[in-house]
Amino acid sequence: MNLPIYLDNNATTPMDPRVLEAMIPYFTQKFGNSASRNHAFGWAAEEAIDYGREQVAKLIGANEKEIIFTSGATEADNLAIKGVFEMYKDKGNHIITCVTEHKAVLDTCKHLEKQGASITYLPVKEDGLIDLEELEKAFTDKTILVTIMYGNNEIGVIQPIKEISAITHKHGALFFTDATQACGKIPVDVNADGIDLLAFSAHKMYGPKGVGALYVRRKNPRVKVTAQMDGGGHERGMRSGTLNVPGIVGFGKACELARLEMADEAVRLSALRDKLESSLKTLEESYVNGNVENRLPHVANISFKYVEGEGLMMAMKDMAVSSGSACTSASLEPSYVLKALGLSDDLAHSSIRFGLGRFTTEEEVDFAIEQTKKAVNHLRDLSPLWEMFKEGIDLSKVEWVEH
Amino acid sequence: MAYSDKVIDHYTNPRNVGTLDKSSTKVGTGLVGAPECGDVMRLQIEVNEENVITDAKFKTFGCGSAIASSSLATEWLKGKTIDEAMSIDNMDIVEELALPPVKIHCSVLAEDAIKAAINDYRTKNGLEPIESEKSHH
Repeated sequence: MNLPIYLDNNATTPMDPRVLEAMIPYFTQKFGNSASRNHAFGWAAEEAIDYGREQVAKLIGANEKEIIFTSGATEADNLAIKGVFEMYKDKGNHIITCVTEHKAVLDTCKHLEKQGASITYLPVKEDGLIDLEELEKAFTDKTILVTIMYGNNEIGVIQPIKEISAITHKHGALFFTDATQACGKIPVDVNADGIDLLAFSAHKMYGPKGVGALYVRRKNPRVKVTAQMDGGGHERGMRSGTLNVPGIVGFGKACELARLEMADEAVRLSALRDKLESSLKTLEESYVNGNVENRLPHVANISFKYVEGEGLMMAMKDMAVSSGSACTSASLEPSYVLKALGLSDDLAHSSIRFGLGRFTTEEEVDFAIEQTKKAVNHLRDLSPLWEMFKEGIDLSKVEWVEH
Repeated sequence: MAYSDKVIDHYTNPRNVGTLDKSSTKVGTGLVGAPECGDVMRLQIEVNEENVITDAKFKTFGCGSAIASSSLATEWLKGKTIDEAMSIDNMDIVEELALPPVKIHCSVLAEDAIKAAINDYRTKNGLEPIESEKSHH
C-alpha cells in the first residue's frame, strides 16, 4: 500500500493507465486537426473523434450526433442553461433548479437572473432529495427548463430523475441534468430517464481533465442551445473551437471502460463503502448524511459530532479526503449542501466526505477506518464540546461568545 | 495551503491539554467561540498569591491552527504574571506560528480566551474585569 491514500474521488479521479495509453499517439504522431478535411492528418484525427464520440454516446444511451464536446462539465452546464435560456426566450424566462446543485449550475442561474430570468430554487428534504410535489407546484406558464443534478457531489444522493423528467415534460419544459458524478458510476440512459440535456466530464471517471460533454437531444423533442462562444461553428454550431483530440480519445476510452466494468465495480465499491461506513458508525455520535438507499456506490459523507472537519482532516494522516467545513475559505461558512439538509452548522463543520474509486483497495479502506477512528478520538480528547457533552451539558443552551 | 512546521508540531503534540477545577477560586476559565462558527476554545489558568500563572490548560474544538494557537498560548502563559499575560497580543501568535491571513481569527480567539480566563479569575476574587481596548467583534 502506497501512502498517502486517495479517498477524494468525487473531486477528481486518477487517470486509468489504459486511458493514457489510448491518448498517447494523439499528441505527437496523430496530431492533426479533425477539421482539416483534405489530408491524412485531419482524417486520422477525425476518425479518432468519431470513435470517441460513439463511446461517449453509448455510455448514456445517446446517438453520437447528440454529443457536443466541451472543456468540462462546468462549460457544459453553462452552455445548457444559458443556451436554453437564450434559445427559448420567446417561450418564457422561468427556470427551476435546486439549492444543492453544483456552483456551476447555481452561479449560472444567478447570472441569468441579472438578465431577466426568474429562477426557482427548490429546497431539499432532510435526506437530500427534492420533494416532487414542490417541483410540481413550482411550474408557471413561463417555465422553459428544469435543471436538477443526477447524483450529488457532496453526499452522493441520487435524485428521482425519471419522475422529475416526467413532471417536467407534462408541463412542456425541457429537462437538463448535471450527471458529472453519476456517469460511469451507475447506469444513466437519456431515453429511459427522459433527459433532454445532460452534462458530464471525463476526469471524474478516470479520464483526462479538460474535456467534457453536453448531450443535446435531437429527437422528441429536437433541442437547440444558443452557442456561448463564437468561432468556426464546430459541434453542429453549438460549440466552436478546435476539438481536443487526445482529450476526446481519452474521454471515449474512459466511457468505454466504465460501460464495460461499471456493474461489477459498483458492487465492489458499495461493499467497501458500506464496510467503511458501518465501522465508522460504531464511533459514538457519528451521523451519515443524505439518503442511504438512493446513493452513488462510492460516496460516504459522515459527521463526527464535537470535532471540526478541517482539524480532523489534519489528523487523518496519509489520507486525502474532503470536509464540509469551510474553515479554509474566507467566508467561514460550512457546506451549503449539508446546511440545505437541515444540518446545524456545527454538524456541517464536522463532516468528512469519503470518495472511493476504481483503484481503492480493501487494505486502504481498512487503513482509512483505523486512521479515522484514531483521529476522531484524538480530537475528541482535545474538544471542550466533547467534554461538555459527556458531562451532560446541553450545548444548545450554552451562551456562546460569538466571535 | 500548507501548515507551518510549528502549527504541525503543536497540533501533533499539543501542550497542556486538560481541565482544571473550574470551581476553585485560584482558577480562571475562558470559553470563547461558538460551535456554529467551527471554533470553540476553553483556556484555564491557575494563579498563585503573587499573581503568577502556575498552570494553564486548554481544550479546543477547531481547525489545526486554532488548536495550535491555544496550545501555544498555554505554553506562554505559564510563569507569567496576570499583567504580563494581559499584554499577549494575537499578532505575537500569528508571528510565532506563521499563520496565513485566513487563520488570523484563530489567534484572535486565543487572545480572547486568555483575557476571558483572566477576567473570570478576577471576578471570582472580587476584582473588576479588565476591559480590553481592542475590539475584535
